[in-house]
Amino acid sequence: MRYIEPHGHMVSRTTDDYQAMALAGCAAICEPAFWAGFDRKSADGFYDYFCQLTQHEPKRAAKYGLPHYSWLCINPKESEDMALAADVLALVPEFLKAPTVLGIGEIGLNKNTRNEMKVLEQHIALAVQYDQMILVHTPHLEDKRKGTRLIMDCLKANGVVKPERVIIDHVEEHTIHEVLDQGFWAGITLYPESKATPVRAIDMIESVSAQRVWLNSACDWGHSDPLSVPKAAQEMRRRGHSAAAIDRLVYGNPVKFLSQSPRFKDPAAQA
Amino acid sequence: MSTPQPHPGAPARTREQVADLHFMDARYKLLDLAAFLDRLDRAAGGEDHRVRGLRAALPLLLEKDEGRVARILTLWSDPSVAPIEKADTKAASGVWPGLK
Repeated sequence: MRYIEPHGHMVSRTTDDYQAMALAGCAAICEPAFWAGFDRKSADGFYDYFCQLTQHEPKRAAKYGLPHYSWLCINPKESEDMALAADVLALVPEFLKAPTVLGIGEIGLNKNTRNEMKVLEQHIALAVQYDQMILVHTPHLEDKRKGTRLIMDCLKANGVVKPERVIIDHVEEHTIHEVLDQGFWAGITLYPESKATPVRAIDMIESVSAQRVWLNSACDWGHSDPLSVPKAAQEMRRRGHSAAAIDRLVYGNPVKFLSQSPRFKDPAAQA
Repeated sequence: MSTPQPHPGAPARTREQVADLHFMDARYKLLDLAAFLDRLDRAAGGEDHRVRGLRAALPLLLEKDEGRVARILTLWSDPSVAPIEKADTKAASGVWPGLK
């Protein structure tokens, strides 16, 4: 089996995880910028983080034969500080020149505040200015439904953003239909527990037209599993889905979305 | 029990096949929930909004129509539409605190 891990926070993971993912059939990894679990105090911290994402992590992944791509932004959890956000946003254009950067992400909302909304609008404007794709983080738990709607309204209000170049991640049963109905891609993030599990994800996949859906592990420094995507594929096999349907979901779909960036290379075409 | 309405993206399967695959998983989760409610009974203090939300969701499990997960998630969601001025915390609790 082959698959793409389109949303993994590998800076938080060990090399053992790279090894396990490669053995499980992973063909490429994409890493959006996110919150480190604590608030960084200055833009210098983000400068170093962006260097890590664009220079160090691709080398670490390459040791396991894995192409590594990244997305850049200041995560919504750190967007409440508008001055810091402005300083970080000013750094992003320089790093967009890196050959493995695919776009702006993961931007979005966390607690649905006014400041988070302003920084989201600034990120969207930056993506438009530099013709970048967008990867969206939606809030978790009780804030998700409201936040997802605010984000989609914000994207549509921009007037220039093409929905097919935006993936709205962390969808669940109460948001996936709205996201797809409005023309965006939807990402289902898999967790061992606490949020969408591989079993629930496949229930969702069976309930929608899955042409614009990907699965991702979002493995990070919290309780998470870097092999969630192959485990979801295993759940599909248990239920009788064909090998072709599984391949389309865990490989074909992410390749289709990501290939809208000329920097993303289909691993199968490179073999 | 409702008439089976398989989704177009799902291979055909019987209810027995679904139970064969997932019954034990659902069984232990239900027992875990019962144990959690028992544990709460043995503890002191009032009930917080998260447990109140959990109890409010239990009747939705017994509804006949499909879509129970979405209905529970919606029940627990913040129903407001405007951004808030400022957040007190970065974390979400799992249930909108205003749920009655």
